[in-house]
Amino acid sequence: MSLSTSMPVRLAGCGKTFADGTRALEPLDLGIAGGETLVLLGPSGCGKTTTLRILAGLEAPDPGGRVLFGEAEVTHLPIEKRNVGMVFQSYALFPNMDVAGNVGYGLRVRRLPEAERRRRVAEVLEMMAISELAHRRIDQLSGGQRQRVALARALAVRPQVLLLDEPLTALDAALRERLRVEIDALLRRLGITAIYVTHDQSEAMALGDRIVVMDRGRVAQVGPPREIYFRPANRFVAEFIGTMNLLRGELRDGRLVLPGGALPLAGSEAADGAAGETEVLFRPEAARICASEAAALVGRVRSAQFLGDRTRLVLDGVARRTVIVEAPGRREFRDGEAVGLTIDPTDLIRLPD
Amino acid sequence: MLRGGTSRRGWGFWAQLAFTLLVCTFLILPAVLSMLAGVTANFFQGLSSGLTLKWVVQVFELYSDTLLLTLGIALACLLVTLLIGVPAAYVLTVRQSWLTRLVEEVVTLPVAIPGLAIALALLLTYGGFGDFRQSWAFILVGHVLYTLPFMLRAVMAVLASIDIRTLEEGAASLGAGFWTRFFTVVLPNAKSGILAGSLMVVTLSIGEFNLTWMLHTPLTKTLPVGLADSYASMRLEVGSAYTLVFFVMIVPLLVAIQAMARLERRAKRTRPLREEALPQAVAETPR
Ligand SMILES: Nc1ncnc2c1ncn2[C@@H]1O[C@H](COP(=O)(O)OP(=O)(O)O)[C@@H](O)[C@H]1O
Ligand SMILES: [Mg+2]
Repeated sequence: MSLSTSMPVRLAGCGKTFADGTRALEPLDLGIAGGETLVLLGPSGCGKTTTLRILAGLEAPDPGGRVLFGEAEVTHLPIEKRNVGMVFQSYALFPNMDVAGNVGYGLRVRRLPEAERRRRVAEVLEMMAISELAHRRIDQLSGGQRQRVALARALAVRPQVLLLDEPLTALDAALRERLRVEIDALLRRLGITAIYVTHDQSEAMALGDRIVVMDRGRVAQVGPPREIYFRPANRFVAEFIGTMNLLRGELRDGRLVLPGGALPLAGSEAADGAAGETEVLFRPEAARICASEAAALVGRVRSAQFLGDRTRLVLDGVARRTVIVEAPGRREFRDGEAVGLTIDPTDLIRLPD
Repeated sequence: MLRGGTSRRGWGFWAQLAFTLLVCTFLILPAVLSMLAGVTANFFQGLSSGLTLKWVVQVFELYSDTLLLTLGIALACLLVTLLIGVPAAYVLTVRQSWLTRLVEEVVTLPVAIPGLAIALALLLTYGGFGDFRQSWAFILVGHVLYTLPFMLRAVMAVLASIDIRTLEEGAASLGAGFWTRFFTVVLPNAKSGILAGSLMVVTLSIGEFNLTWMLHTPLTKTLPVGLADSYASMRLEVGSAYTLVFFVMIVPLLVAIQAMARLERRAKRTRPLREEALPQAVAETPR
């Protein structure tokens, strides 16, 4: 199965104020390229579902907002005329139909001839590896099976745009991981324009061509996963994505002076000759553990957590706040033990002011 | 449990059993005796006078039009409550606002108000419209007022339990317009509630006395009113035979309501099953 066109989508100035006065979304501009997978990521209540529902046509944006599919404005088209595929968090499968009935529903509504309908249902069921479930009732399915039926049902109508609202949240961790890989492969193979909502950052990283990080109805940052991870645009993104350490200290002679020592900064910053309070950030995996004598910074182990492939250390005395770093390998750490750290200046993250 | 089970049951169990049986006997005995009287040749001589269907036949001869009217009103009442109640239940469930909550309360009111009061209000308001007052439609209006809340409640309960709004959104995302959604998703999924409500409405309409007694005319009588009439003016055996006829009609309906409730409870299982081993999808298909 393939989709002939991949539809670019655009939101222009789409805000949303609900009838009860809740301001769910500040006016938002967002372009999604044809065939792109865009992930909306953010904590619960930040407006992800609302954005998705505006794209779907289940919610109208505040006056002035516009939704465009390709060149066509669809702002005032109801969802049933937009030809989108939608996967709901609760799946919303019809209990009065079996699996084949659910998957064929959109085709029946479109009055496709019986034979054609059967063929396409069989094709989608095959693709999702659920052919043998075709005649099961919905209440005879497991969570993972329901998720696949929901995806099959949305894809059967060959939508222009696929919208997914936390499709894996209801599943247990191991299954979530597996279906994530499958959905990724599926989206790439179909080349369909997809908008995927999640509050799980690893899901976002794995699936998104680009990620939109949202915070209280606003876009905090838009970019590819690596950019979001390594170059967060602001404090919210830095702290929401992964673990981030904050070092705050005095800038002197190209070094950041901290309780645990002096950390060399990258050339450009050192050359500025600037002085005064400043802060830099780094990820746990950016620090290397070394002997105290050779280290730029020295701290003490407050707690060590063995994770198998690595050990996660919480260190006191490096900065004003505790610092979290990761040590690979077999070395064992005792609480109170002194450890040295070096951090490559290029791994240090500065937030724009 | 199996081994010497009975011997372990204390005197408490037996006392409870005995009490339960006693209460049941106390409640059921009058009904049984009454129905028995309906097939006894002469009640005052007792069963020794022999059994007969004479009285039952006489009831049918005397009250066949009442019987027909009762069924007619019950079916008409069912039709009206379906036509009003199902769409209303849908709207009240999907559009939740202070207005719909108010409507819901108002429509439920007749359950709490004595039938006599409803009848009185109807008589006060419409009693002057002679033709309407004389017709069976007048009783129908009373029955609809009285039974509508039961239909509403039954349908609303089902719609609320299946999150009909999201189901409709799912259908809409697949291209279904309002009427398609209503007939292919809303109605089929509300079926159990509609069926339960229908049984309730028919049963209540057939058995309704208070309202009907106030609203009826000599030409528009339903079974319970006829029953009161026959007890008042006929041989005791005829009244009893009447009870028998009434029971035969109403008991299957009651049993059906119970069966529906049981089915309903069983269908409530919508939790996903345990995960089975899922075959790998798509990843293996050649690109
Ligand atoms: N129908 C609604 N009426 C009023 N407020 C709503 C409605 N839907 C969502 N909200 C509010 O809008 C905000 C954003 O909600 P939502 O988009 O569902 O967030 P998310 O999907 O990111 O968790 C929340 O504060 C939520 O309570
Ligand atoms: Mg949400």
